[in-house]
Amino acid sequence: MRILVAVKQVPDTATQVKVSADPRVIDTTGITWIISPYDEFAVEEALRIKEKRGQGEVVAVSLGPERVKEALRACLAMGCDRAIHLNDPAWSDADTLVTAKALAAVVRQEAPQLLLCGRQAIDDDMGAVAAQLAELLGWPCAYWVMEEAIDADTKTVRAARQVEGGLEVFDLPLPAVLTAQKGLNEPRYPTLRGIMGAKKKEIRDVKAADLGWAPEPPQLSVVTLEALPPRPPGRIIQGDVPTAVKELVRSLREEAKAI
Amino acid sequence: MTAGIFSDEHAMLRKSIRVFVEKEVAPHVRAWEDAGQIPRTFWRRLGALGFLGLEFPTEYGGGGGDFLSSVVLGEEMARCRSGGVAFSVLVHTDMSSPWLTRFGTDAQKRKYLPRIISGESVCALAITEPGTGSDMAALATRAERRSDDYVLTGSKMFITNGVYGDLYFVAARTGPGSPERRHDGLSMFLVERGLPGFTVSRKLDKMGMRASDTAELAFVECPVPAANLLGTEGRGFQQLAEGLQRERLMAAVLALSGAAQALEDTIAYLRERTAFGEPLAARQALRHRVADLATELEAARQLVYRAATLYAAGEECVTEVSMAKLFATEVANHVAYDAVQMHGGYGYMREFPVEGFFRDVRLWTIASGTSEVMREIITKRLL
Ligand SMILES: Cc1cc2nc3c(=O)[nH]c(=O)nc-3n(C[C@H](O)[C@H](O)[C@H](O)COP(=O)(O)OP(=O)(O)OC[C@H]3O[C@@H](n4cnc5c(N)ncnc54)[C@H](O)[C@@H]3O)c2cc1C
Ligand SMILES: Cc1cc2nc3c(=O)[nH]c(=O)nc-3n(C[C@H](O)[C@H](O)[C@H](O)COP(=O)(O)OP(=O)(O)OC[C@H]3O[C@@H](n4cnc5c(N)ncnc54)[C@H](O)[C@@H]3O)c2cc1C
Repeated sequence: MRILVAVKQVPDTATQVKVSADPRVIDTTGITWIISPYDEFAVEEALRIKEKRGQGEVVAVSLGPERVKEALRACLAMGCDRAIHLNDPAWSDADTLVTAKALAAVVRQEAPQLLLCGRQAIDDDMGAVAAQLAELLGWPCAYWVMEEAIDADTKTVRAARQVEGGLEVFDLPLPAVLTAQKGLNEPRYPTLRGIMGAKKKEIRDVKAADLGWAPEPPQLSVVTLEALPPRPPGRIIQGDVPTAVKELVRSLREEAKAI
Repeated sequence: MTAGIFSDEHAMLRKSIRVFVEKEVAPHVRAWEDAGQIPRTFWRRLGALGFLGLEFPTEYGGGGGDFLSSVVLGEEMARCRSGGVAFSVLVHTDMSSPWLTRFGTDAQKRKYLPRIISGESVCALAITEPGTGSDMAALATRAERRSDDYVLTGSKMFITNGVYGDLYFVAARTGPGSPERRHDGLSMFLVERGLPGFTVSRKLDKMGMRASDTAELAFVECPVPAANLLGTEGRGFQQLAEGLQRERLMAAVLALSGAAQALEDTIAYLRERTAFGEPLAARQALRHRVADLATELEAARQLVYRAATLYAAGEECVTEVSMAKLFATEVANHVAYDAVQMHGGYGYMREFPVEGFFRDVRLWTIASGTSEVMREIITKRLL
């Protein structure tokens, strides 16, 4: 069974993101890049499926500039068998739909039985690519998956997705798209052996032309990025308790509009 | 920190260990410091992740990595904000077990390495004695050959991982030295916990490194199978001297990485704390002190990296290693003193990590060869 995992490289959660001189993009100097955490759950799940079945192939795929190789190498170090890098300036301003179309072209070439993604990337939080991929491919799709089990003859996957207060369980015919929610698993750390082994694995560069890609302008484009205004400082309400409580309730209701 | 001597693979390993330390070590170190020991489950977890066998041969379950992989392990473990946790782990991986791969027979490696790598057997190094530390040639623990055993009698002092350990690398005297060659006649042994006549006399109570257990050990007519002689009889001093280069480099690595963490913590504190109407970080007196500390740290780091590079290449490096150990551990203590100072009263409080670092790092100009001993080694080679 072949499983494709789509991963996005994003700034580390600890990064203080700053808007650059061009207000449509962030300043990337000094940023450490990581695999988006939900995508890491997807990679881990793919590896577990393969390990449980004792056979199969896990392929990591990512769209982005040269630095994305580092994320793909990390996937290989975790245990993915090979990786595909959609690496072409033609995609430099790709929106989610352009990204999904490019990935769909790769999925058609690779013909996996399962496509795993994260429930959303933690940089722009769009959460759209997996659904768009499913639509483009005509595959069923379940988001926010907490548990999955593929049946013995690889015909269907039973997926339990997180809903308010419980789980919602679906049987999806394969091939299908699943997106990983936190709680699906605990991703492994790449070991030194995995890291050394990754050096020998293939990362295939794919250009737009390799997919027969006719450049198309993105339908979404960022107008401007704005930092949140700094949080106003806290206020200590003075006075005796009865007056202070009245003032607290008043400001919670009228100023903070919290009650 | 990753530029220069480290490869992309080292950078990936660093990321792995860093995430592990953040998620699975740092949240527990306070409890382990209070308990004065590290749980067995933690050793097994380290083993399962391959961190206890980075450099060991793959045929025994090791990672087949190079020395710089171990440097990465030391640097990242030291960032857990418990010197004792990092110390115990590195005593196991770098200050004891490497003697087995260097001098052990195939049978010894087959018997012990897999358990060392998996974290089932925790290792300790037992050289120091109540009566002698710096002067290794004066060791008094005797090992007498009697048929198939060496019978050990004597005691060992300040032995890290000694209270809860499983496998001890013990130095003992198998023959007399001569007045001209005092260090002749020493040998090394692999001693398993539980041998008759081998007991932990006491768990020592100490200033810092509290998560790492430190023991005094007693050997009374303890029969160690002759098959557990490590290396060549009578060549113990030379074998130890060779391994001590690695140990001293690691001491420097742990001290410096801990100091880098303490300086980062201090910078964050100076930004946060206000006095006289502005953040402490705005005060030139403190800003310049931070600049000086960062500069000293960087100088020490480059010296350590230089010595580590020579060591990794298998080149003669005793002078450089001794200089690196001397300078880095003294700089780290200087950083600790100033980090506490810049925290004001909070720097003296247990809840602030710089307080713990101040106590932990004090060890490093003493253990693995004191600063005075390092100066002796350096000057012997100069004049
Ligand atoms: C927490 C802790 C953990 C340790 N872990 C281990 C371990 O796992 N295994 C192990 O074998 N040992 C261990 N040690 C022992 C450590 O290596 C020794 O403490 C160290 O080698 C110093 O020896 P000593 O304590 O006997 O001091 P001494 O040798 O008595 O030295 C006392 C002082 O005299 C100075 N001095 C000594 N000789 C000279 C000289 N020729 N010229 C000038 N000055 C000199 C020293 O620098 C020092 O300042 C540990 C120690 C501690 C505190
Ligand atoms: C064990 C203990 C007992 C104590 N007992 C008492 C007590 O009984 N009663 C009591 O009232 N207090 C007590 N204190 C508090 C003690 O006096 C203060 O900790 C001390 O005055 C420093 O103040 P701070 O901790 O707020 O540090 P801060 O004022 O925050 O200073 C932090 C650092 O910044 C430096 N700094 C501050 N301002 C400047 C500047 N303008 N230029 C350059 N550097 C600057 C300081 O020198 C220090 O290094 C005690 C403290 C301790 C630790």
